[in-house]
Amino acid sequence: MNGTYELVIKPRSGWQPIDWKEVFLHRELLGFLAWRDVKIRYRQTLLGGLWAVLQPLIAMLIFTFVFNRMAGVKSDGPPYPLFAFAGLAPWTFFANAVSTSSNSLVTNQQLVSKIYFPRVFIPVGSIAALLVDLGFSLLLLFAMMLKYHWALTLHALMLPVYIVAAFLAATGLGLVFSALNVSYRDVKYAVPFLIQMGLFVTPVIYPIHYLPARIRPLLGLNPMTGVVLGFRSALLGSTPEWGLIETSLVVSVLLAIIGLLIFRRMERRFADII
Amino acid sequence: MQPILEFRNISKEYILGGAARKHDTFREILVRTAKRPLALLTGKSERQTEERFWALRDVSFDVNPGEVIGVIGRNGAGKSTLLKILSRITDPTEGYIKARGRLASLLEVGTGFHPELTGRENIYLNGAILGMRKSEIAAKFDQIVAFSEIEQFLDTPVKRYSSGMYVRLAFAVAAHLNPEILVVDEVLAVGDMSFQKKCLGKMSEVSRGGRTVLFVSHNMAAVQNLCSRGIVLKHGNLAFNGSVNEAIDYYLNSVSGEGAHGHIIDLSSARRNNPRRPRLLNKLEFYTDGDTPMRGSLPMGTALKMRIHFPLSEPADDFEIGIGFDNMYGQRVFTAHSWFEPDRMHTERVGPQVFICDIPSLTLVPGQYTLRVWLDVNGDEVDLIDDAARIQVIESDYYGTGKVPWNGTFVLKHRWRLEQANGASPAHP
Repeated sequence: MNGTYELVIKPRSGWQPIDWKEVFLHRELLGFLAWRDVKIRYRQTLLGGLWAVLQPLIAMLIFTFVFNRMAGVKSDGPPYPLFAFAGLAPWTFFANAVSTSSNSLVTNQQLVSKIYFPRVFIPVGSIAALLVDLGFSLLLLFAMMLKYHWALTLHALMLPVYIVAAFLAATGLGLVFSALNVSYRDVKYAVPFLIQMGLFVTPVIYPIHYLPARIRPLLGLNPMTGVVLGFRSALLGSTPEWGLIETSLVVSVLLAIIGLLIFRRMERRFADII
Repeated sequence: MQPILEFRNISKEYILGGAARKHDTFREILVRTAKRPLALLTGKSERQTEERFWALRDVSFDVNPGEVIGVIGRNGAGKSTLLKILSRITDPTEGYIKARGRLASLLEVGTGFHPELTGRENIYLNGAILGMRKSEIAAKFDQIVAFSEIEQFLDTPVKRYSSGMYVRLAFAVAAHLNPEILVVDEVLAVGDMSFQKKCLGKMSEVSRGGRTVLFVSHNMAAVQNLCSRGIVLKHGNLAFNGSVNEAIDYYLNSVSGEGAHGHIIDLSSARRNNPRRPRLLNKLEFYTDGDTPMRGSLPMGTALKMRIHFPLSEPADDFEIGIGFDNMYGQRVFTAHSWFEPDRMHTERVGPQVFICDIPSLTLVPGQYTLRVWLDVNGDEVDLIDDAARIQVIESDYYGTGKVPWNGTFVLKHRWRLEQANGASPAHP
């Protein structure tokens, strides 16, 4: 706004650092984009915001019936419905976050080709909007804990760490997929499939000790392993497997960084090819 | 004084066939990779087979603080590309721009408007997208609402707005932006006449307020009105840079030299704004009095017959052709539309069709007119060509007096007589 302000527009190539100053300048817009997504997500639906909790709730009921009652999968302590829901709440957030953010640039084509602001806001905003849904599922989880007389402990203070980790993991993947989606619409079809596969390599419906000890460490490479195990230890008091959780948290952070770098490298071509 | 904007050798290269490659799929990549060894054998590398073109080439100029510059040029001259680079939507291929001030660009009204959100919500969202702070929007909220004239619909989702209301609201938000440099593209081409006037008024208020403005438009009257300096782009090059009146003269002269063509125009290769749609309109023929072919120019007041060729891929009875005549100032002077035909038979047709439009007497004043042609099938616009053809209307003795009209938009048969002198002294006692 002052006389010293100077902007140079020139060709860019290769890896670009993140322009934090610019992100800070536009920070309010990120909030607005997230707010918009929250506002419109359940417009003109009968059940409205209820959908946010219905998804993990129904999945929990099905999994309880199929895996717990029919296949005899046991939890690692808490009642199976609580066990499953504590995993499904962050998983549903992650799955929805990855799939909506992957399509976010394409669905917001107009914003990409007609105006400039930090492009990262589009996928990140769509993920931030889903935090509201996660909040609703957590409320439902607390209600279920009351019903099962399962007390909340001080471990719950760790919960924000795992929420941030889930956010970072979803952001990393969402950034890469959304950038790829600009040139390759295959992403739209591949992502739901990948997410479905992901459910089975994340200990959401089964406890981690069902897996042979030698392949367990491999699960640490899955960023959602740490999140799911973390949610259970923070909320239900399950014994945490720190080693796994730590590796997994590091993977989340790395994913976010790599995602940002790849996105920044590809973003200058978005408007030309979208 | 240091210029507020410095353009230095700005060039932008696009890879053609971009339309085809827009939606690359992995399969296509695989196919290309498989073909590559073959390409190596035949000695043709893929890069060579790709067609490239320079949308802008070595464009350099300076803009001083407070200047209002009109950027003019034909479709495809590079105006939009220039604005997109300045707005940082796309990078230049070569060269650089130095901007010494906060910049806001309006390449479209209502960017980011969401149909499901209410007017109030969209004001905030759109304001933020255009770069306003939340506090700034809140402070200007009442002004924005007053300017848009939609007070009573503020809490209605904008999807229920008429298109006029939508545009008014969108422009109202944009008009209250407060940047040091404002970039505006053709946004005034929308809305009803009275609102357009209001927008032009707001624009000139902005420009008088010492703001630096870059304004792209086909509307020469608006450019002349608002701008102090004009820049003419031609095939991606800077063709002229000087006072606005000289720039407009330069542009109009260069335009009228072009466009001489035969009486049959191939539309299949004409430029479309939406490259993704199938090219349905494929031929346009012109005839004048006595069905003689019309080549380039038409004497004022003579007949114009147009034959428009297009296929219908599926049987349809609801298909219409529209032809708009725009004058050199970009103003629509006349629209011919098959929809206006009272004796139109809605019988089902399929396959190649020819629609014939007869204008018994084209009474437009001498000048060049750009024809916009579009095709609607079942109520949807399926093809549109902005610059399908140009016709030159030349002087003729329309009134049969040897006197030629020199201004106005069209000629009309009209008569004059003096009222019978009453009470005054008669000439013959």
